[in-house]
Amino acid sequence: METVGYYPGCSLEGTARDYAASIRGVCQMLHVELRELDDWNCCGATAAHSLNRRLAVELPGRNLVLAETQGLSELVVPCALCFNRLKTAEKALLGPESHRYSLQYEGSVRVMDLMDFLTRPERLQWMETHRVRPLEGIRAVCYYGCMVNRPPKITDAPSWENPTNMDALLSTLGARVLDWPFKTDCCGASHSVSRPDLVTTLTGRLLSRALAQGANCIVVSCQMCQANLDMFQERVARELGTALDLPVFYFTELMALALGHPDAASWARRHLVDPVPLLEASGLAV
Amino acid sequence: MDDGLNTARLRVNYELAEQVFQKSRIQPTVCYQCRKCTSGCPLTFAMDYPPDRIVRFLILGLEERILRSRTIWVCSSCETCTTRCPNDIDIAGLMDHLKEEAHARGIVPPECRPIHAFHEAFLEDVARRGRVFEAGLLQRYMLTSGAWKSRLADGTLWSEVRTGLALLRKGRLPLLPRGVQARDEIRRIFQGVGDSEAPSDPVHASSGAENADASADPS
Repeated sequence: METVGYYPGCSLEGTARDYAASIRGVCQMLHVELRELDDWNCCGATAAHSLNRRLAVELPGRNLVLAETQGLSELVVPCALCFNRLKTAEKALLGPESHRYSLQYEGSVRVMDLMDFLTRPERLQWMETHRVRPLEGIRAVCYYGCMVNRPPKITDAPSWENPTNMDALLSTLGARVLDWPFKTDCCGASHSVSRPDLVTTLTGRLLSRALAQGANCIVVSCQMCQANLDMFQERVARELGTALDLPVFYFTELMALALGHPDAASWARRHLVDPVPLLEASGLAV
Repeated sequence: MDDGLNTARLRVNYELAEQVFQKSRIQPTVCYQCRKCTSGCPLTFAMDYPPDRIVRFLILGLEERILRSRTIWVCSSCETCTTRCPNDIDIAGLMDHLKEEAHARGIVPPECRPIHAFHEAFLEDVARRGRVFEAGLLQRYMLTSGAWKSRLADGTLWSEVRTGLALLRKGRLPLLPRGVQARDEIRRIFQGVGDSEAPSDPVHASSGAENADASADPS
């Protein structure tokens, strides 16, 4: 059993509870124990970095200091934006301008994106031999979004224009992974609340292109991407005048399905675009 | 002011870029206008000026024009421009700096007020509990910002209510918030950063920029 620090972020206690449940389930199967950071706080998200640059470092920075105090050497983060803000705080608190902030951080915590953590080569090997239901019938486009990769100076991502770790994961699980040019294009993120018109345009581009590539689902690693592609799909379909019906899965849900977790399909039923027809047609509904 | 034929229509204020650098540590003057930022920007369709022109305006000192632009609020911080800039200018960071300035001076264009109001409501929620409680935040934002009225007018209100009900039905809208135990630490962070925004910093103190803008017409 491997133990690792875990920073869930606010959405995973709310609208992304499906993501949270699938992460717990998958980590259990992979013998990874997630130790939740005690008394963590919100990273400040887009609101903080839009209105107050110090708040945008000190809010996520408090979590780094907490992790250090609690002796966590690794902190796994499922939300792309939280990951980005924690990495931003890390660079700011350890950089030449650190005197601008009121926090003392030594830098002993390694902040990791959940997908990066779960797709290490040894884990992919393990999954190849332990998958019980290959994802045959799934034709996926991998949608990585913005914040896990950009800017690479902050994220330390090795391949920011064309990330491939989700592609490798889904291929290992037996899905057919389709190439497409919008892997890291923006979904509109927090504009979903205040300017939904912008999100409808951006997700409309993504959804149309995914369909044109022949995908029968989109796979994501960020709950904001999931929410925008899933919740806005009905509206986008109405505006485009075509049916879309593209389920939007978290990569952890598909891992759980392929590895045979008994609750896997029930998590995905919490999405707004019903995934059951596709799962049934692919022999994956349980 | 002399309006004769030999008068330049643009009064340039080179100090603005320096002030921005002092505050944000981002250096806009190294821009050579290749427009790579604009080429990769997914939101130009909703902007009044594309990102490269915002950088140009900054170098010219057209502060008012920038602070009143839709561009800085429409930017979704996707970081494509920052990532691809050949001169390493953190353009998305500049947009943040400019939003912060516009926020501090209370000059947000009407069509961007919902974006600004949502950020404010979000931070109020964080200040209150240390974590965001989505259900409460959305409700409060809709009511206090008047967003429900515009949604009612453009016919999207019911579709949003339907989405909310669907989330509730699917168990994705918990009814009780969770918060941080050490509320005093959160309070201290908010109080501490509030001090940094005292109006004595160089950008607030500048006086020439507004006049320059009024007579400027670079387009």
